[in-house]
Amino acid sequence: MMHVTVDQVGVEERARKLSTRSIKTSSKREGIKLIISMIDLTTLEGKDSPGKIRAMCQKAIRPLPGNADVPSVAAVCVYPNLIREAKRCLAGTNIKIASVATGFPSGQYPLDIKLADVRDAVTMGADEIDMVIDRGAFLAGKYRKVADEIAKVKEACGPAHLKVILETAELETFDNIRKASWIAMESGADFIKTSTGKLKEAATLPITLVMLEALRDYWYETGKVIGMKPAGGIRTSKDALRYLVLVKETVGDTWLTPDLFRFGASTLTNDLLMQLAKEMTGNYQAAEYFTID
Amino acid sequence: MATRIPVLKTYKLFIGGKFPRSESARYYQIKGPKGKLIANAARGSRKDIRDAVRSAREAWKPWADRSAYNRGQILYRIAEILEERRSVFVDEICAVTRSGRAAATTEVAKSVDRLIWYAGWADKYMQLFSTVNPVASPYWNFSYPDSTGVVGIVAPEEKSLLGLISKIAPAMASGNTCVVIASESAPLSSITFAEVLAASDVPSGVVNIITGFKAELTEPLARHMDVNAIDYSGRDEATIKALQEAGALNVKRVIIRRDPHGESWLDDSRAQSPYWISELTETKTAWHPVGV
Repeated sequence: MMHVTVDQVGVEERARKLSTRSIKTSSKREGIKLIISMIDLTTLEGKDSPGKIRAMCQKAIRPLPGNADVPSVAAVCVYPNLIREAKRCLAGTNIKIASVATGFPSGQYPLDIKLADVRDAVTMGADEIDMVIDRGAFLAGKYRKVADEIAKVKEACGPAHLKVILETAELETFDNIRKASWIAMESGADFIKTSTGKLKEAATLPITLVMLEALRDYWYETGKVIGMKPAGGIRTSKDALRYLVLVKETVGDTWLTPDLFRFGASTLTNDLLMQLAKEMTGNYQAAEYFTID
Repeated sequence: MATRIPVLKTYKLFIGGKFPRSESARYYQIKGPKGKLIANAARGSRKDIRDAVRSAREAWKPWADRSAYNRGQILYRIAEILEERRSVFVDEICAVTRSGRAAATTEVAKSVDRLIWYAGWADKYMQLFSTVNPVASPYWNFSYPDSTGVVGIVAPEEKSLLGLISKIAPAMASGNTCVVIASESAPLSSITFAEVLAASDVPSGVVNIITGFKAELTEPLARHMDVNAIDYSGRDEATIKALQEAGALNVKRVIIRRDPHGESWLDDSRAQSPYWISELTETKTAWHPVGV
């Protein structure tokens, strides 16, 4: 099933159709809460500091202070240097710590450095590793190299979950995205993830649909259940709800859990909280009443 | 030769520099004094208010960051374009209201003059309302007015063009952006005025104009947490009470003007004032060490 070609027009049309459903009132409230529980609250900037991580972790634990009804997010996603701070802040909670590794975001480093990067992150306390594939090698047709790297990284992860970032915007075609998804799943990925969030083009509904169909086919073929994480570019509640519809219609309710579906996002969280507050109070909300990160 | 079918204008909303139809797809009929159908106007909904506030919020920072002088230039520019299109407004006002031609001409001319008046104030109100405060320590202590943010304006029913401009111009002068609910009975000139705004260097989103039923539009505007002030002109006591209550939610500035009313919009001593600018500002105070 790896070499099935993707019908581009069909995928785009299906993604467009599935994004027209209107989700309101109580379904919207429940949907938003589910989305919050699926968020990998992310900060991946050169200027990240322990202070910022502390603030973000507080938000991860209690996204809407004063409202116990709103769940914690699934994980925080940080650079390796900030894992320890995140670990301290999240002690005693169920929130996972995800760290990017393997020379994020380019992946253009020698393999031994990538593996050391992963081992360090796991030692420092990362529960999940978000690795990037070598897109240069993939586009040059060196699939074996890509697969071997993922397998070795998986080995280096030990008990940590592995998310494989395909950086779909650099893969050019849906066929490539499907192929890369398949390689990642066969080589040991626990999750496949769309993007680093460092490029202008990031997760879209059609790309997510292609990847969901790939992991569904992989599941049919092998019985193995792989998770999915769209990341980057999802900024509004409306958008995020459309992803839930896509998941439900492609792989079913089984995947509608933080164990198998995540959103990589930062600004999305505030929009979700504002929408939730709007649903609860009836008043349109202002960004200035919500924390910046 | 066949008679030509006249092309009628579709009056839409003005949000973020664009002219969308209402999100709700509704419209209502605007009739002349003798009951003749003049045009359909868009009947805005709370979601149009939401979209307009979003545009106004985005536009606020860059507009407030422009120099006061430049805001004055742009207000002047609006007046220039309005001057040129006076006859359009005179015709429209005559068709919709009971104004005679002479009265309509006076109203439009006064609208232009009022814009010019506030254009002059844009870089002068701050000097007038700023203070140097005596403090008992070695500091210079200054207070100065700065724009409050997004202003929700409920325009008066009568004098639909002059009243609207008399409310928008003082809000814009200090760097506020606004969401305006136009006159319900005579909304056409407000949308034609939006075309003037779109043609006169006013950045998108600085002024947003919604037409429709005030009874369903004022509440979502007044209850919107991202609106910093509500500026109402009218004499409907029930609305005034509702605005004051809703304004308390996030401690908006609530400005209620029962006057000017009717013809007194033409009276400069009652319908224009630098205090109308200062009422839509926040006072900021800075402490500066002496001798540094």
